[in-house]
Amino acid sequence: MKKLILVFLFFILVSGNANSLIKVDITRGNLDPLPIAVSPLHIDTKSEDLKSLKERKLGEEISKIIEKNFKSTGLFNPLKKDSFVQKPDIAHLKPRFEDWRLIKAQALVTGKIFVKDKKLKVEFRLWDLTADKEMTALSFTTTPSNWRRVAHIISDKIYERLTGETGYFDTRIIYVSESGPKDQRIKKLAIMDQDGYGTKYLTLGNELVLTPRFNPTNQLVTYMSYFKNMPRVYLLDIETGIQEVVGNFPGMTFAPRFSPDGKKVIMSFAKDGNSDIYSMDLETRVVEKITEHSAIDTSPSYSPDGKYICFNSDRSGLQQIYVMRSDGTGVKRITFGKGLYGTPVWSPRGDLIAFTKVRKGRFYIGVMRSDGTGERLLTENYYQEAPSWSPNGRVLIFYRETKSDSQGKGFSAKLWSIDITGYNERMIKTPTDASDPSWSSLLSK
Amino acid sequence: MKFNSALRNFVLVLFSTLLISACSTAKKASVDTVDDVYTGTDTVEYLAKGVPDRVFFATNKSKLTTRSRDTLRKQATWLRKNKDVTVTVEGHADERGTREYNLALGERRANAAKDYLMTYGVSGKRITVISYGKEKPVNPASTPLAWSQNRRSVTVKTN
Repeated sequence: MKKLILVFLFFILVSGNANSLIKVDITRGNLDPLPIAVSPLHIDTKSEDLKSLKERKLGEEISKIIEKNFKSTGLFNPLKKDSFVQKPDIAHLKPRFEDWRLIKAQALVTGKIFVKDKKLKVEFRLWDLTADKEMTALSFTTTPSNWRRVAHIISDKIYERLTGETGYFDTRIIYVSESGPKDQRIKKLAIMDQDGYGTKYLTLGNELVLTPRFNPTNQLVTYMSYFKNMPRVYLLDIETGIQEVVGNFPGMTFAPRFSPDGKKVIMSFAKDGNSDIYSMDLETRVVEKITEHSAIDTSPSYSPDGKYICFNSDRSGLQQIYVMRSDGTGVKRITFGKGLYGTPVWSPRGDLIAFTKVRKGRFYIGVMRSDGTGERLLTENYYQEAPSWSPNGRVLIFYRETKSDSQGKGFSAKLWSIDITGYNERMIKTPTDASDPSWSSLLSK
Repeated sequence: MKFNSALRNFVLVLFSTLLISACSTAKKASVDTVDDVYTGTDTVEYLAKGVPDRVFFATNKSKLTTRSRDTLRKQATWLRKNKDVTVTVEGHADERGTREYNLALGERRANAAKDYLMTYGVSGKRITVISYGKEKPVNPASTPLAWSQNRRSVTVKTN
């Protein structure tokens, strides 16, 4: 796989922080999304390969990706381009604000593409149409094949400017691709851009693979594989494709996750019918036993500062969520509601824990504070589990399965996302059935 | 009055019909499961004549029932007679639980079976365990019956 490290050059042309009027509040469900016009980026006529650039409609394609990203947030309403009155090149220089207000736009994105010396330069401006002024202007220089990423980075910058939060568009999702009948499922690791584009398969499907998770730099993945019928936790280097077993455990290891500094993998090790939580330092190979209990302890997840671990245990008799210090001391149960609780995952912001709840045969994805208070159930369904956080802690991705009939037909598994406000639930299209999604951090930080 | 008693009769007939159909449903279910544990033979295979290969569990449980212990004693007797046979005990869960917990649960179920075989004289060296969690259902339907058939540990010959 191609090297992911890209050099982006950022130039801040103008920073217009003062006195802007528009601001998108993302802390509650937004029933009135901000009308935004994304003008196609115009192509500088002095560009190399002008004809091919125009044929590929690169300016239009970039604006479409930005629009799709905005629409997916539920916070923005990208307006139809048929109603646009100003040509992209003129609008980019200085829009006629009243014309754009006429189509009810409150924000406008304009831009320009320029190719020289085989480098792609993309410039964009964000205009505040209620205050008649420029809010942000940035340009990026990169290799032309990276144009999709530029579109995501621009989306992130605009999102940040309008919401005051970091974006999550220049990210990827790793998941398990599923195919075949339910009782003979073929599972492969797959990776795609956050918007569902560019799926690549990382394993061939010869053995069962489960629960992939990124390391903080998104170069490594830890997952579980039944290679040679030995269920173990593995590491996979996405660039080189090299895989290795994590540790030398005489039995099943599963439910792996990286520590926030990426130095350790934390996981469950099952021996003689008992699963406990262990961590392994990837450099020193030192293994540490973190829980010691006759009950099942699994699904560990670190707090973003690395000081605490939330995990799943049935030591009370049924599956509940617990929090402890990362050395295993101070174990405290945090869920007491009716039903079973599983798959706790600590938010990258540190404030919340997402979880799966099972009650009366229904499955819920929810969030609560890290002390267990303030539980909010976001979505209910026949079967869904395994939430994973967007890097800004605003969106959860999870998977959902449908019921099968008496012959086992009609079964499907798909990825879904939902805002932690409980709004904006949507399916993420994948070429095959999909499960166990894990969201990367921002690729360009 | 007459009308009333006619109505009452009708209601009585309706009620008893419902009662009968309710009974027959309950009866049908009881053939397959007792206390949430599958007791049928539809999915069962045999290690040898009269030696079933699997035992079943209640939801979220790994406790062996009287019937399961009986099956495992038969397996142990057969294994003691066939000293060169080695086995893998596969632990499974149904699809109504979270994936990671189910892996642990499958492992616990497989070990419950392994421990019982060892108690009845089979060397632990001859038994390996593996958990598949909810990954390998024997019945792919989304019904309580299928789930009860999938909550199982299966003893499989490995040589």
